[in-house]
Amino acid sequence: MLINELQAMYVMWLRQMKRFLRFKSRIFMTIVQPLFFLFILGSGFRNISFPGMQSENFIYFFAPGIVAMSIMFSSMFTGVSVMWDKEFGFLQEVLVAPISRMSIILGRTLGGATTALIQGLIILSIVIGMGIPIAGPVGLAFTLIFMIFIAFTAVGFGLILASKMRDVQSFPLIMNIVVMPLLLVSSAFFPLKNLPPIATNLALLNPLFYMVDGLRGSMIGTDNMFPPILDLTALIIICIAMLSLGSYFFSKSEA
Amino acid sequence: MDIIKTEKLRKEFNGFTAVDDISFSVKKGEIFGFLGPNGAGKTTTIKMLTTLMNPSSGSATVAGFDVNKKRNDVRQNIGVVFQEPALDTELTGKENLDFHARMYAIDSDKRKSRIEEVLKLVDLEKKKDEYVKNYSGGMKRRLEIARGLMHFPNVLFLDEPTLGLDAQTRRAIWEYIKKMNKEEKTTIFLTTHYMDEADFLCDRVGIINKGKILVIDTTSNLKNSIGNDIITLSCTNMKKLIDKLEKEEWIKKIKKHESFVTIGVEKGEEKIPTIIEIAQKLNIKIKSINLRKPTLDDVFLSFTGKSISNEGAADHPWKKHARREMLKNR
Repeated sequence: MLINELQAMYVMWLRQMKRFLRFKSRIFMTIVQPLFFLFILGSGFRNISFPGMQSENFIYFFAPGIVAMSIMFSSMFTGVSVMWDKEFGFLQEVLVAPISRMSIILGRTLGGATTALIQGLIILSIVIGMGIPIAGPVGLAFTLIFMIFIAFTAVGFGLILASKMRDVQSFPLIMNIVVMPLLLVSSAFFPLKNLPPIATNLALLNPLFYMVDGLRGSMIGTDNMFPPILDLTALIIICIAMLSLGSYFFSKSEA
Repeated sequence: MDIIKTEKLRKEFNGFTAVDDISFSVKKGEIFGFLGPNGAGKTTTIKMLTTLMNPSSGSATVAGFDVNKKRNDVRQNIGVVFQEPALDTELTGKENLDFHARMYAIDSDKRKSRIEEVLKLVDLEKKKDEYVKNYSGGMKRRLEIARGLMHFPNVLFLDEPTLGLDAQTRRAIWEYIKKMNKEEKTTIFLTTHYMDEADFLCDRVGIINKGKILVIDTTSNLKNSIGNDIITLSCTNMKKLIDKLEKEEWIKKIKKHESFVTIGVEKGEEKIPTIIEIAQKLNIKIKSINLRKPTLDDVFLSFTGKSISNEGAADHPWKKHARREMLKNR
């Protein structure tokens, strides 16, 4: 029985990998989009120094934000793609197979997180190639751990959306109304120190803040508000909550 | 042996009863069909039998397992071809089959040989490495049927297997369905709103309308129940003619419709002159008369009072509109 479930998880994972690797243009685009941000915003603001910013160049400050953003977006997207499966009927085929919903969810989550991590790693290596200083091997190890948890958290969030949304059309809306504002106050683009104190405090309720702050703390080692280990603890709690909620909602939804 | 058995199976959605206490059984090895118009409750029944929906009340067993309590055992024993395509279009045909086999825990040697086997059964060997998004509608259907058979199911559920396909492709799919019923000894449960499909494929048919089963029998018994021959006639004073004919012994069944009367008889060709004679005596003018063998459509008509094709047309708002326009212009 366990073998069946593992096999099923593997299938769900393999399916996502095949779909991901098969369409090179799609990979290209998901990588190009964050690079646009990095190069255009990064070079536009190159000479700007926000008060309180310790990094000597804006692009150093900005790079961890971009890595986090690219993983976040692509994971969320793979989570939401359950919606497409529902729309195109493929989900029924999976639900009628003799495997538990938990394996379906786990397989999908692993698949989504893997594809997002591949993209994140590509961005990360480009960033390193550009000469952005990395805070040593321990920092790099922490960076990878953060990337993994960011991926799983965002897949979980995507699954919640997919189970609760009625149609595919609402996805871009939610991205614009919920995710973009959260991203803006996550310190990905600018330090939060300059916001009114009340907004800074509110940012502590923003899950995206811990992702970006932690990733920055481990990657470049400056300009983070909290020590990475604290961010990581918060992120792990958020991640568990998102994944449990996501799989709970998914198992409740009927095909 | 009964491979599917339901007892007062019922499904309600917010007060609307989609399936209304139906009880029936399907024997091992047969092709059983649910015939009924759109919205009769066919798909809902399939969804309950395939564990995708929970019944509101009643019970059902498939291959000896309760659909509510032994979901995984039921799932292991069935194959399903849904009404809407359920393929991953970004994978190849072969990959779709391979993934399916893995989810049903078929080991790798068996998997390879079985994929070849089912592909051959539906003539898709040459297209197996193409992406499913490049398949035609008929090819997708065939691939789904092949996939439904991958894991040697005891029962294969087909929900409207030829919906939206052209006449030639439908024929071909019917042949595949017959073939796998014969060669693989798979019991087949299908739903359809096409008379000819039920007639051609099914050993037994259940006529379902508004969530209720009206009758279940073999297709030939159903057709015989309304007479060997059907005479349709239209005339001036239908009421008077019917009153007179109803007293005749050789009339098996007589039914008045809006503008015509249908009469079920034996040896219809000998009865036409008799009917004309009677009509003439009563001074009734016959406008048209014809004789034919009964079809399932006649059976459906006699049980529901409505023709299935008209029912379907009335369902679609545009068709209704179009018909109104046509009548206006006449």
